[in-house]
This record gives sequence, C-alpha cells and structure tokens, in this order.
Amino acid sequence: MSSSKKTVVLLAGLCALHLAVLLAGFLSPYDPVRQNRDIPFAPPTPIHFAASRSIRVSSPFVCAIDENRNEPDQYVENCRRTYPVQLLVRGAPYTLLGIVRSNLHLFGVSAPARLFLMGTDAYGRDVFSRFLFGGEVTLFAGLLATALTLILGAILGILSGYYGGWVDAVVMRGAELFLALPWLYLLFALRAFLPLSLNAVQAFLLLIAVIGIVGWARPARMIRGVVLSSRERHYVLAARLFGGSDGYLMRRHIMPDTYSIVMTQAALLIPQYVLAEVVLSFLGLGVGEPTPSWGNMLSTLQQYSVLASYWWMVIPGLALVPVFLGYIILASDLSLRETGRT
Amino acid sequence: MQYLLKPATAAALLVFAVACLFLSFSYSQSSASHEDFMTTTSPVGYAGGRLVVSLRSEPKTLNPVTSVDISSREVIAQMAADLIHINRWSQNTEPALAKSWKVSPGGLQYTLKLRRGLKFSDGHPLTADDVLFSFTVYLDENVHSPQRDALIVGEKPISVRLVDAETLVFELAKPYAAAERLFDSVAILPKHLLEHLYKEGKLAQAWGLGTSPQQIAGLGPFRLKEYVAGQHLTLERNPYFWKADRDKHPLPYLDQITFLFVPNADAEVIRFQAGDTDIINRISAEDYSVLEKDQAAHSFRVYDVGPSLEYNFLFFNLNSVLPPQSEVARKQNWFRQIKFRQAISLAIDRDGITRLVYRGRATPLWTPVTPASSFWIDNSIPHPARSIEQARQMLQSAGFSWTSDGDLMDASGTPVKFSILTSASNSQRTQMATIIQQDLKELGIVVQVAPLEFRSVLDRIFQTHDYDAAILALGGGDVDPNSQMNVWSSSGNDHVWDLGEAHPATPWEAEIDQLMEKQLSMLKPESRKHLYDRVQEIIAANLPVISLVSPNTLVAAKDKLSNFKPAVLDPHTLWNSQELFISTPRSATHP
Repeated sequence: MSSSKKTVVLLAGLCALHLAVLLAGFLSPYDPVRQNRDIPFAPPTPIHFAASRSIRVSSPFVCAIDENRNEPDQYVENCRRTYPVQLLVRGAPYTLLGIVRSNLHLFGVSAPARLFLMGTDAYGRDVFSRFLFGGEVTLFAGLLATALTLILGAILGILSGYYGGWVDAVVMRGAELFLALPWLYLLFALRAFLPLSLNAVQAFLLLIAVIGIVGWARPARMIRGVVLSSRERHYVLAARLFGGSDGYLMRRHIMPDTYSIVMTQAALLIPQYVLAEVVLSFLGLGVGEPTPSWGNMLSTLQQYSVLASYWWMVIPGLALVPVFLGYIILASDLSLRETGRT
Repeated sequence: MQYLLKPATAAALLVFAVACLFLSFSYSQSSASHEDFMTTTSPVGYAGGRLVVSLRSEPKTLNPVTSVDISSREVIAQMAADLIHINRWSQNTEPALAKSWKVSPGGLQYTLKLRRGLKFSDGHPLTADDVLFSFTVYLDENVHSPQRDALIVGEKPISVRLVDAETLVFELAKPYAAAERLFDSVAILPKHLLEHLYKEGKLAQAWGLGTSPQQIAGLGPFRLKEYVAGQHLTLERNPYFWKADRDKHPLPYLDQITFLFVPNADAEVIRFQAGDTDIINRISAEDYSVLEKDQAAHSFRVYDVGPSLEYNFLFFNLNSVLPPQSEVARKQNWFRQIKFRQAISLAIDRDGITRLVYRGRATPLWTPVTPASSFWIDNSIPHPARSIEQARQMLQSAGFSWTSDGDLMDASGTPVKFSILTSASNSQRTQMATIIQQDLKELGIVVQVAPLEFRSVLDRIFQTHDYDAAILALGGGDVDPNSQMNVWSSSGNDHVWDLGEAHPATPWEAEIDQLMEKQLSMLKPESRKHLYDRVQEIIAANLPVISLVSPNTLVAAKDKLSNFKPAVLDPHTLWNSQELFISTPRSATHP
C-alpha cells in the first residue's frame, strides 16, 4: 500500500499549499500592494542567529537595510541595531477568505527594519507577501477553471454519448471546432474589446471563465467514450427495461462510471490551467496590477535587465515545479488505481 | 571576322577616352576652386573600418519622400543630405548643401547659395534643377509626403525660384520664425533617377527595399550596398561625399555601416554585450545599469547624455465629441475641473517615478518643455512638492468628499474611479501608471491600469476616444517650439486631450492658439521665448497634460570608436557618422 501512502502524502502536501495561500493574509508579513519606494529590488533580507562570536545562538534577528551610497541599486546591512523577528505581530489589515478582518500576522519585525523573505520587486513591494497572495489567484484560478471545464465536459459528454445521433454529431463537431481555434489570438482580440476598467475580481472571474470554457472539448470526448460503452452494459439495459427514465439512468448508472476519469482529468487539468493562468497573466491578459498572481509577477522577467540581475524574481516560476509534479504524480496514481480496479 | 566596332570608330573612342582622362585629371588638379567642400573641425582620424549598428525593426522603404517609420529615417539619414542642417550637437542650423543663406528683412524671402561641384553618390553632378525637382515632389499633394505639412507656411506652400545656376530663392507667404530649420531633413533627390517615376506617378513606390543599389543615389556620407531581408542592410562609403576633415582628407572615414535587424531592446543589449554590434542608439535605464556593471571588463562605454526632449505625461480624455450618455462623458465632469487635475498632479510622486522607473536617470517635469531645451524652458514654472494634504483640500474645495472607508466621491455621491491607458510594450509607462495608481489610492481614487497593445492605444486615443486617461510621451524631434505646434494649437493633430476641435473649447486654449500663432511670425528668439513662456504657464496652470518625467538620453558604444559624440537630438549616435573612425590604426582593407 505504499503507493496509496504516497498519494496521501502528496494530497496532504497539496492541501497544505492551498491552505497556506488561503491564509496568505496571516502568513505574509506585509500588504502585498504596499510600495516601499526607497528600496526597489532589495535582495532577500538575511536572518541572523548569532549576534557576535561570543554568543553562538540567539533568537533570530535582522538588521536594517541601507542603500549603498556609491551604487544606487546596491544595499548594505546596517547592524548597529538589531531587530528580533517577532511572532504574532500587529501590522497591515487584511481580510481572510473574504470574511475575517484582522491585522495579526504570523511574524514580522518592528520598523524601521523590514523583513523581506524573498526580496522586493521593482516598486519595493514584498515578494513573499505577493507570492502568497498571488498563489491564491493562480492556484484557485486553476482549481475553479478545472471545475468549470469538467462540469461542462461531463454534461456535454454524457448527453452526447447517451443520446448519440444528431446530439452527438453537434456536440462532437463543436468540440472539434473548439480544439482547432487559435485561442491565444482570440484572447488578445477579446481583451481589446473588453472595457478598460476591469477590477481584480472581474478580471479573475473572466480569466476562469475563459480558461474553463476553452478546455471542455477534450474531457467531453473522453467521457463520451466511457458513456458509449457503459450505456450498453447489462445493468443499464436492465434498468431501462424496468422503465428507468433517461435522467435517472444517466444520474444513477452512467455517471458513476465516469467518476474515475473525471478525477484523473482533474489532476491533469489543474496544473495545465495553473500554467494557463501564468501564461495569460505573463502576457498581460490576466489579473492586472497591483493585484499579484504568479503570472504577472513573472512578467517582469520579460525585461532582460531584471532576468539578468535579480534572481529572486524567478521564485514564483520555481514554485510551479513542485505544484506540477505533485498534481501529475497524483494523476498517474489515480489512473493506476483505475486500471488496477477494472 | 566581325568586329563589334569598326576599327576607325574604336580608335576615335580611344582618343576620346584618353582626352577625357586627361581632362578629368587636370580638373581634379584645380578642384579646390571648383568644389565647395565643407571642412569639419573634429580631430582627424583614420580611414577604413566597418561599423555595426542594431536597428529595432527593418526599414520599410529607402524613399526619403514617403518614409515615416523611425528605422527607415535612420537609414535614409545616412544616405541623404539637406540644404540647411540642424547640427545635432549645437542644436543650431548650419550650412549643408547650401553654402550660405540670406534672409530678407521681412523674413519672407530666403536666398540660398548652393555649393559648387557636388555629386550624387552615383557620380552624377548636383544642380539647382535637382533642388527644384525635390521641392516640387515634396509639395505635390498627390505624393502625400509627410514633409509637406511642414513646408506649408501661412496656408500656402513655400515657393522656390531659380535666380542663377547656384542661387535659389524660397518665398514664404507669411513670416515664419526659424524658417531655416524647415530645411532640415528635407533630402535633395536626384532628378536623373526619379523624374521619370514622378511623371508616371510611381514616385511613392520608388526606392523600396528591393531596389538595386545602382538605382539609388543620394548626397549623404554613405550609399546602399546590400540589403538582406530579415538580417541586415549594409551601406558603403560614398566616394563623392562633400565634406572633408581639417587635413583635407575626404570624409567619411568608415568604409561600411551595417544595420543589423534585432527584434527588441533586450536582443539589442544581448547582441551588443556579445560584441556583435558597436553602437546602441538608445537604451533604457535598466539596461544602462546592466551594461554599466560590465563596461570595464568588455571594451565598451555607456553614455548618459542628460535630459532628452521626450516628455512623458498623463492626460485625461477631454474630447467634446463623445456620446453624452457614455461612461466617459460622465467621468468628464471630474476631468474637466481644473482643481481635479491639479489635485492629481499634486498627488503624483515624480521623484518616485524617476527613481523606480529610471533608476534616477530622468528629470521630474512640471512643464512639457524639458531641460534639454535650456533656452526654451520656462524656469519660473513652480515645482510644487508632492502633497496629499493639499491635494485633498483642492478636491474638497471642488465639491468632492470621502466615504467612511476613505473612498473619494463626487458631489452626487458617485465614487471616483478611472482607468489609465498605457502601451503594454512600453514597460516604463506601465510602471509609471502603477506608481500613479498607488499615489492616487492615497486620495481615495480607484485607478485601473490598462496596458494594451500600442496600436489599440493609439486607436482609442486618436480615433474612438474611448478611454479615461492615458500616459504618452512626445517631443522627440527638435528643440524649437514650432515642432510642438501640432500639440498645443487646438486644431493640431497631436492635441491629444481634445482632438478635432472646430474652435478652441476653453478660453485658455484660445489664448495658447493666439500665442503660438504669434510666436510663429516673430523673428527674434527672445520675443518668441517670452510668448512660449506664457504658453508654458497656461499649461502648468490648467494642466491639459500633467507632465511627469523626461528620461535621459542613454547610449552605448565600443571604446574603439573615436569622435563619438552622442547628442540629445535624433539620431543620437550616427548624426556625425562621417567623422566616426576606428581608433586603432589599421590598413584600409576590409576586416
């Protein structure tokens, strides 16, 4: 049962990550849109544990960051005074899950020192806070868009497979049309027609709608295949003989057959759609400034100078790797279990 | 056996050829008195060598009459010459193909004397007929030359008249300040190559990139050698060029200039770092700091030339021709209030923009005239420090108030929200918008930044007028206020905030119209400046455009390049291409 143990660990890890980005307000030390115009592109703040040679270990502390007078982009630590890293401090107000208002943060340091775990961006905003809040947008855009795709795909796939005939023909030709469209160019065109003043929530919902609606064709085709075979099964035929209505048969006997494929598809689609959000935001089609998402955080890397000089701006890109691996391994586990069962 | 020529004819031709050779020899002996070459004053250099320059996009044409895009103009500037030229370094006019010029006392007549003994790059002599032909072409309505507008003074085209073989008289319908500047970049065309095309009505299509080098001739320091689509365009030294250095060596020194096509600014920097190119004509402040770090290790240098003529500005949509029910028309109730615009200006952190967007390599602006035009800038324009407090008072006195959450609302209780349009391909302007977004949040104003593709930005501003506010940059061309005529006069094509006004929409726009018109007909720079100062004061008081910053002109070039004098005016680096030389002595053979 080691494979199922692995699956549990993976699931736990992914859940923890999603929970962390949901609790972004509490876990992040700063307001993600607050600009510190005196320190753009500051590197990650070093955390010290030893104050001097004589004291080996103390509670962690940081030093204030000063600008290097000779070189305007460079920063130096000023350790004449030290600032301990404190737990549960009061800071910028935030709203958790849209309900709980608070200003309590897990950790922080007192001013004038600042603690930037992942450095700052071009406006002096804390990359760590933006990373957590951006993850909320990116990961949940992936989740919600997947849900939308699968609901659409399942409904159309079951209808198409169950009824066959002209319903099948229409849905499947529609699916082929959707697969053949050059989506990226259509999205650029769509953006040019939309009103300019989309706020962050509208842009987020639009993003989910666009990603979700674009992708229904592939799962719909797979589900249709499953339905085609399961509608001929004896228990389905028997139930029909006993006078089961179409709706009842689809709901009670056919849909359960599609669950496993839906689950596997979900595990495959989520990372794809996370990537879709990143790509669209990278190209400026996603959630706009100042709201962070991993995609628009990465879009500053389009500038060669940023890519060449500030490695910490790549972190959201690196974070995508374990997320993808997690989901993809999960998907292969699910499909293995599936083949084991049947 | 059949001869191609009869022996007698051949002998006669031979004699003729020898005679020609002898004549041309004696001609070049006494050329000093026949050719009015211009002598430059820069240090003397070595002949030979080749320069590689990157170009962000391929030129569209090599035709000086119809070119509009920057890349085409940059290449054409190397291949063509004008009668009177604006020296990019001193920013003053200097004689070019015209040896000298005289202005009649009323300022209506310009008498130009052509240099003698000049030749096009194909060896054909330049005559006054070529000049007449050129101006006929530029002024022909059917040719649609972009230069035509500038050559119409007082609603009448400039007229040209030949007095003798070397003297031309240009007549203006109205006195026009600094009219000699109009001649700059009006390339003189070879009549012998273009006349038949002009007569057939095909001039606009002439000299495309596919044209063979023999069919193209100009008076610039270089001439076309080769064009390879998608890769590069190479110019070679024009042996007939009309300038010489102090030691009477013919210019230019360089054998070749190759324009390498690179897709974008980043590729430009990478190719330069790799040593593939010798010059970058314009770099961003971020790339400047990247290059600055390794200029010692590699043999190149970065140059900060100081403030440029470019001014970035925020402006609101004040167009009067909008459907009254539209969203923008409703928001214009705020935008039209001077106090609203003043409050916005007060809340913007120009120092923050300078620091974050340009790494300090820019100058905050309170007037659209940048410090680069030191003569024309009105230094008495106040520079109010950023003050949220004053901005709030200003808004309050204009009838705005705040909700308990701190959001700004107007007198009717509508929350104040608007979007700022920027070009997605210009990261600087998008960054400025993001900074302004944060600044205005402190006033309780919700701003959306809307980066769009540049084409659709221009479409919304100039065609559909469907936007709230936008950030643009203008002012590349010349220091002279006349170059800004299109922006400030209410009927101008670049009167961005309210296009297509039939008559000035406000009294202050009417006053600007009058002032600009008046300075146009004044000949003394001091009295013109007096009027232009007043224009700047009106703009600063009414803020149709909220000036933000002027970025510095930043360029980079290899160390080996001598006589390199980057200038504020376009083209920043190649304006003195004829004097550039490779400083390590080498034989004149090609590398």
